[in-house]
Amino acid sequence: MSIRELEKTAADVRIGIIKALHNAGSGHPGGSLSAADLVTALYFHEMNINPKDPAMKGRDKCVFSKGHAGPAQLSAMGIAGYFDMEDFTTNLRKIGSKFQGHPNMKIPGIEMSTGSLGQGFSAAVGMAIANKLDQDPGRVYAVLGDGELQEGLIWEAAMSASHYGLDNLVAIVDHNGLQIDGRNDDVMTVMPIGSKFESFGWNVIEIDGHDMEQILDAFAKARQCSGKPTVIVAETVKGKGVSFMEGQAGWHGKAPNDEQTEQALDELEAAKSALQ
Amino acid sequence: MADKIATRQAYGEALIELGKEYDNLVVMDADLSGSTKTGMFAKEYPDRFFNMGIAEQNMYGVASGLALSGKIVCASTFAMFATGRAFEIIRNSIGYTGANVKICASHAGITVGEDGASHQTFEDIALMRTIPGMMVVNPSDAVATKKLLRQIVEIEGPCYFRVGRAAVPVFYNEEDVITLGKGNLIRDGKDVTIIATGIMVNEAYEAAKTLAEEGIDVRVIDIHTIKPIDEEIVIKAAQETGAIVTAEEHGIIGGLGDAVAQVVVKNSPCKMAMVGQQDTFGESGKPDQLLVKYKMTAADIAEAVRSVL
Repeated sequence: MSIRELEKTAADVRIGIIKALHNAGSGHPGGSLSAADLVTALYFHEMNINPKDPAMKGRDKCVFSKGHAGPAQLSAMGIAGYFDMEDFTTNLRKIGSKFQGHPNMKIPGIEMSTGSLGQGFSAAVGMAIANKLDQDPGRVYAVLGDGELQEGLIWEAAMSASHYGLDNLVAIVDHNGLQIDGRNDDVMTVMPIGSKFESFGWNVIEIDGHDMEQILDAFAKARQCSGKPTVIVAETVKGKGVSFMEGQAGWHGKAPNDEQTEQALDELEAAKSALQ
Repeated sequence: MADKIATRQAYGEALIELGKEYDNLVVMDADLSGSTKTGMFAKEYPDRFFNMGIAEQNMYGVASGLALSGKIVCASTFAMFATGRAFEIIRNSIGYTGANVKICASHAGITVGEDGASHQTFEDIALMRTIPGMMVVNPSDAVATKKLLRQIVEIEGPCYFRVGRAAVPVFYNEEDVITLGKGNLIRDGKDVTIIATGIMVNEAYEAAKTLAEEGIDVRVIDIHTIKPIDEEIVIKAAQETGAIVTAEEHGIIGGLGDAVAQVVVKNSPCKMAMVGQQDTFGESGKPDQLLVKYKMTAADIAEAVRSVL
């Protein structure tokens, strides 16, 4: 896929997020939208996967440790063909549905049930160790939130990934600067992120998380790094792509109403058309 | 009485045997491999042993990832830190996902001894019982430890496996049949039943001998698998003997006593008494002294039996 096609797909991922959360009547649009470009790059460029054979041997794995933003991953997976997209946008968070409020292994292609912050990252470390043991070429990608970095478990996991030299593991920090109660800096400072990981023995790449070229380049650089894990610290905007959600902590965890949904979808369709 | 062997020692030996048979068995520890005896496996299979440092939460998180990638994982630390500190990771990353992780915790209960209250857990069985799908196994001696570890490794899914620090009598014989999920009838009797688990099974047996001299005919059952519990053997005991005393080296809240009581109350209510740690913390001391002070000896079990007759 070309950069332009990836950008268009990212717009579709965002459209899927908004539709699903609107129908669900609850959920987390802000952190889903900020991660949309990163997820699109993973599912449509970077990862060796097969939506028709989700358990394919040797596949790459994506663990959404910031599980509340799971709709971004699910939207990308629906477009990629893991499941019926309409099933996702209609039934997310509904009783009896496999599309739970947070990523769940009932869904083919979801490698780890997440939601409780920090735990997906530890699990990803375990998957990367297993691949080393099995000489499995699959790489493991863990998507983390910046607020999530406040969990002590994150740093235990970071230490262990470095200790075991997991160059088959890439952490992606969706650094949108906001969490439920407000700015990271006001709630609990997580900065500087890059040098923290660096001091834990990680290869650090800092990019604009909405610049598709930079994203692809970062993944390519991560593949070249040997002997240590890579973290991509992606500067992002919470709510990216929907004007009234951008940079607003208040859109961390609420669904758009009918009117807001219409406006959001109009904006996203317009942005997609502009890419033609 | 036969030799005394700590169940943790039997655990370490069993891991080596199983490591030979299962090349996908991996073992983890959190800087306590000398104490938990996983160090024995580490020496034999260094490539399949992962020391995660003093970071129990991450150990169980990483264990889930290894298990979801096809490994059988035995991850060990002290019972306090496994089930207490890492509880929510075990609940969400292992229980909820159904990951094939065996939480093999040592140094459970008061017999931790000199380390004192911070390290003596009486909550571990209670905590693990509450997690849907989590099997809870508490072997009573070295023979049971080896036989039951093999069985939990053979089946897929999460399990809590509890072993202890102190050397305890070996009363099972190698040829005895010990089946996961099935209580073992240690001694038949008609007046009252003692249902015990872990190292208290031996104490229960000793209590039964004392009581026999008083003309009380005591049935003794070893419930090594606390969840899922063998309901049949419990109901039969309630119906046939009319009174039950439970004995565990664990708190009386949420452990074997509660598990048995749930079965009894639903099926065949009878008089019960629970021997175990009361609603209090422990303290430093020698294991034998502590068992006496906190009333978890054969004499205490015998006293409880007299109280229900």
